[in-house]
Amino acid sequence: MPRLKAHFDRLSHLFLPLSVLVILIIINLIKGADYFRITMVNGAFYGNIPNILFGASELVILAIGMTLVTAASRGQDISIGENGAIASAIFVQYVLNAGEVTLWTILAGFLISCVAGIIIGAFNGALVSFFKVQPMVATLILFLGGRSIAFIIDGKVSPILANEISNRIGTVIPGVPIQTPIILTVVFIALVAVVLKTTNLRLYVEAVGINPSAARLNGINPKKIIFLTFLIMGVCAAVAGFIAVNKAGRHDSVNLLKFIMMDAILAVAIGGNSLGGGKFSITGSIIGAYTIEMLNRTLLRLEVEPEAIKAFKAVFIIILMVIASPVVRVFARKVLDKAKTIVAGYSVRKTVGLNKAVLSTTDTSARKKEE
Amino acid sequence: MESLSTTKPKSRLSNSNLLFIIAGIIFILMYGFSLISFPDSFMQFQTFFDLFNFNAALFIITLGMCIVMIAGGIDISVGAVCGLVTMACAMLLESGTENVWGALFLALGIGLAFGIMHGYLIAYLEIQPFIITLAGMFLAQGLLTTLHKDPINVTWPAFVALRNYTIEIPWLGAVNRLGVFIPCEIKPGVFVVVALVILYAVLMKWSRFGRNVYAVGGNSQSARMLGINVKKTLFFSYVICGLTAGIGGFVFLMTTGAGNIGNGALFEIKAIAANVIGGILLNGGVGNLLGAPIGTLTLLTINELIRAAGVQSNLQAIVSGLLLYLFIVLQSIIMSLRGSSKFRLALPSWLKLNRLQDNGD
Repeated sequence: MPRLKAHFDRLSHLFLPLSVLVILIIINLIKGADYFRITMVNGAFYGNIPNILFGASELVILAIGMTLVTAASRGQDISIGENGAIASAIFVQYVLNAGEVTLWTILAGFLISCVAGIIIGAFNGALVSFFKVQPMVATLILFLGGRSIAFIIDGKVSPILANEISNRIGTVIPGVPIQTPIILTVVFIALVAVVLKTTNLRLYVEAVGINPSAARLNGINPKKIIFLTFLIMGVCAAVAGFIAVNKAGRHDSVNLLKFIMMDAILAVAIGGNSLGGGKFSITGSIIGAYTIEMLNRTLLRLEVEPEAIKAFKAVFIIILMVIASPVVRVFARKVLDKAKTIVAGYSVRKTVGLNKAVLSTTDTSARKKEE
Repeated sequence: MESLSTTKPKSRLSNSNLLFIIAGIIFILMYGFSLISFPDSFMQFQTFFDLFNFNAALFIITLGMCIVMIAGGIDISVGAVCGLVTMACAMLLESGTENVWGALFLALGIGLAFGIMHGYLIAYLEIQPFIITLAGMFLAQGLLTTLHKDPINVTWPAFVALRNYTIEIPWLGAVNRLGVFIPCEIKPGVFVVVALVILYAVLMKWSRFGRNVYAVGGNSQSARMLGINVKKTLFFSYVICGLTAGIGGFVFLMTTGAGNIGNGALFEIKAIAANVIGGILLNGGVGNLLGAPIGTLTLLTINELIRAAGVQSNLQAIVSGLLLYLFIVLQSIIMSLRGSSKFRLALPSWLKLNRLQDNGD
């Protein structure tokens, strides 16, 4: 039993995202019991759950990067959408200029766009780590100028990416029942999990996030670690841009991944992570990202007017954060403790009564001896 | 014993004033550069006044954001609240109520409501400010689109008169090509800006609340140990920010005269950028309130300069990003040089106001 309890304690940070997910599922089930129904269309699974997994794939990948950046640098990167737009613009240009499109050109274009993402991450990371600029201000530069850079790379309004392979990457590969973006997301999550398991990255990032000076005294270079997290963020943004552009089939430099940084930061917060850096939970962020996508689709399913969706989303977020706020949690714990003491007091009274009975019996036996 | 009090010079705790002075010098250099390169447009006083005339709302919102940033928080809902206020007031004025005071109270009420909501949730329930104000931004945007989707032009004559009302300065102005003297014009919104700057500067410099805000932003733990009511201070900083956003929305309506979904878009990002240029750090506890208008002026001068230079529209955003990059790097280099004490600010003694008093001689 104690072992099980320890295990639960270790997972206690997942309480918030999971409870939100459960509430959303209950709301959806009340709306219609066929929520989990999955149908086969042309050899692939479709339905509410696959759609959520499909729709949230970019957000999940960006939320992973955002978690690392937030944990190490105690701030947020607000240029991730622009970063993805620039990286995917380079990818699209490479593919369009390559002539015949094979799997290798797509792969090469993807790798080039990843390099571009890393360069942009290095730009932001250098500002944050070496010039000690606050992350939100440092990334503001690209937030303002990034879309124009993507447009200049494009050279015209939304070049179209019409070839068989990118269409398959964006939707389904024939013969595989799961949509390709979901598979790519799972592969990416698995890669991140392997990196975190096999390297000391988690330890170093948490140490830097909790106290940079203490980390430096222990032989960790905080600047390097913060720089590294921004490089990882660049890769995440490039991958997200790759998926988004293949999904859309064209590169819209103005609207691609627009305002996704708000959702990514929200995913990090719903995942139970502090936005002030320190310990982090990637699992929480991933669940948080899926929760946001589910929330968006739930509001659509409840037939909320499209104009009012944002307001409902806001009310939901506020209620959620109030329930999860430290003050309310402490209050709930107090109430729980009080309930426990009342129960315990009742049982104590019972045992005391028993002791008296024992005493009286011993007394009588002692008296008997005296006699 | 006496050596303790007299010989050892005191050093200042924060870099507030250094950053503020840097911001001021950067602005003067910037404006000087634009005067030299584009004398035709920048030599006119009207160009300078137009920076205020058309961006009064941004100035006001930056002031509110400044107080929250000094208190160590952030409020990203200000732009959306400003937009909501313009739309709500425009609808009220068009609905036949015909009461400017009613619209003003509505603006203040919306701002106050958002401020109280943010303040209570952030200060007393200890939720992260970014999330709550993000939710506030979504709420304001959602309410804005639910209220009305199309732009509303206020056509009520009294309000149109207020919108077009300008104050002329007879002794300043320019002679146009036809030889007619055109005096400089100032819109009433500018007076609101000036009044609020003075009010907030006095509040932050000399009132107990202002000093509490600096203490809480610098280190809330030690502020609590000093007996400062940290929660109350935080709460009121958000309330003031919300109220200021409401005023900003009304001034915006007074400038443009129309409620629109796009009103106040990206103001939060601009306000943060302006404050950072003005030397108010996001960490809190550092900054001079006068840095907010200086930073806004610098930001607007950059835009004006790019427009005057005739940069291609695609490149405008990139150029303004690059200039922002230059400022940020310059600021950080000066700060780090100062941190390693290799750098002394070579100012004439009459400019070092506070330092002079602190050194005691």
